[in-house]
Amino acid sequence: MFGNFDFDVIARALPYLFREGMVFTLTLTALSALGGIVVGTLIALLRLSGFRLLSRIAALYVDLIRSLPLVLVIFWFYFLVPYIGQWLTGAARPIKVGAFASSLITFIMFEAAYYSEIMRAGIQSISRGQPAAAQALGLTYGQTMRYVVLPQAFRNMLPVLLTQTIVLFQDTSLVYVVSIPDFLGAASIVGQRDGRLVEMYLFAALVYFVISCVASFGVRQLQARIAIVR
Amino acid sequence: MNYHWNWHIFFEPNPTGAGTYLDMLLSGLWLTIETSICAWVIALIFGSVVGVMRTLPSKAASWFGFAYVEFFRNMPLLVQIFLWFFVLPELLPHAWGLWLKQLPYAPFYTAAIGIGLFMSARVAEQVRASIGALPRGQKQAATALGLTTAQTYTYVLLPIAYRIILPPLTSEFLNTIKNTAVAITIGLLELTGEARSMQEFSFQVFEAFTAATVMYLLINIVVVTAMRIVERRVAIPGYIAGK
Repeated sequence: MFGNFDFDVIARALPYLFREGMVFTLTLTALSALGGIVVGTLIALLRLSGFRLLSRIAALYVDLIRSLPLVLVIFWFYFLVPYIGQWLTGAARPIKVGAFASSLITFIMFEAAYYSEIMRAGIQSISRGQPAAAQALGLTYGQTMRYVVLPQAFRNMLPVLLTQTIVLFQDTSLVYVVSIPDFLGAASIVGQRDGRLVEMYLFAALVYFVISCVASFGVRQLQARIAIVR
Repeated sequence: MNYHWNWHIFFEPNPTGAGTYLDMLLSGLWLTIETSICAWVIALIFGSVVGVMRTLPSKAASWFGFAYVEFFRNMPLLVQIFLWFFVLPELLPHAWGLWLKQLPYAPFYTAAIGIGLFMSARVAEQVRASIGALPRGQKQAATALGLTTAQTYTYVLLPIAYRIILPPLTSEFLNTIKNTAVAITIGLLELTGEARSMQEFSFQVFEAFTAATVMYLLINIVVVTAMRIVERRVAIPGYIAGK
């Protein structure tokens, strides 16, 4: 079964896999998580705001994105972003967007919908007395959110946010559909070139497995540590 | 935007010579539905068995359940599908591998099984959590009545557990439908795949993806509405969402 398993092909590909592929995957994951949480929090605030129209639009966006497959959303943004860029910059033709920028925008906009639901739950879990007390102290809406509500919401939701980030880390492999060499894409390129798909895919699976396992173990530890005893 | 919109494209003949572009998308829609139902059946069966195993008193069973869930949860779906599609036939004895590779509709079977097993780990977690959430008295009463473990699960615990997890199971089913789009990578022409090939043949990018988007939204609405009805039908009066 593993008689002609070629470990050497993996060893030779290691620098390319990690320096190109994994760096792309991890940078994309980190920046998308950061951007997604920021945009997601804004969407959650819009959704919970008193402005009917804004909260309807935010809800519509979240529901729309959450009912589409990520693959379809990747295709949407891959083709749409050049046109949006053209519209924003007023250029004569659709602008060229690099692979990284295109996938970053896609994942920020896609994950923002999921992060916003987490943040909404977090904000709603704060007892009503908190914003009421903040208002009584004379804090503005912005101050209430920044100093009172959001810090607590983040803390309560941190494990869920991180778990979603692990899902995001796994989902970044789907940029494969627009031929962008992330970690899996790099493994696939080497595997196809050397005719060693078995070794490369098994190795990629192992790497994803180890990283996700370690990360979710870390989240569980963190959860136990930061849980507030009420 | 100087994009050239052409909504009539759906009624123009597609390059395969069989019908219009709309027919192409509809066949993709149908394949998406077929694949997701097959995958969902697999996910429900395996997920229920593994979920129950994790709640059994046997150490070995609960350890197996834990390993199963961790195995399928910690790898991206795309990687799992590649493992089933490209790697499995090579690892099997030569004759079996050859048979697998020559199997007609291989992408369909791979997608149904791969996505089914991937989702089964999530279903297992839901089943485990809901059994764990039942009052202890339920199990104790069943034991006191002299029911065996198997009877306790089939007649007492599971009927209530499934009712509790109907809403999360609905969203897992929606996830299953969305996940079938990943099978585009092994050449399954489901809805996203057909939209993608329509875009490649006709160059009408946004019409193709808009149509696919609308179809996914319709599937969602149908599933959510149907599950609401099921939820109302199976609700126990005076208990869990019952009147």
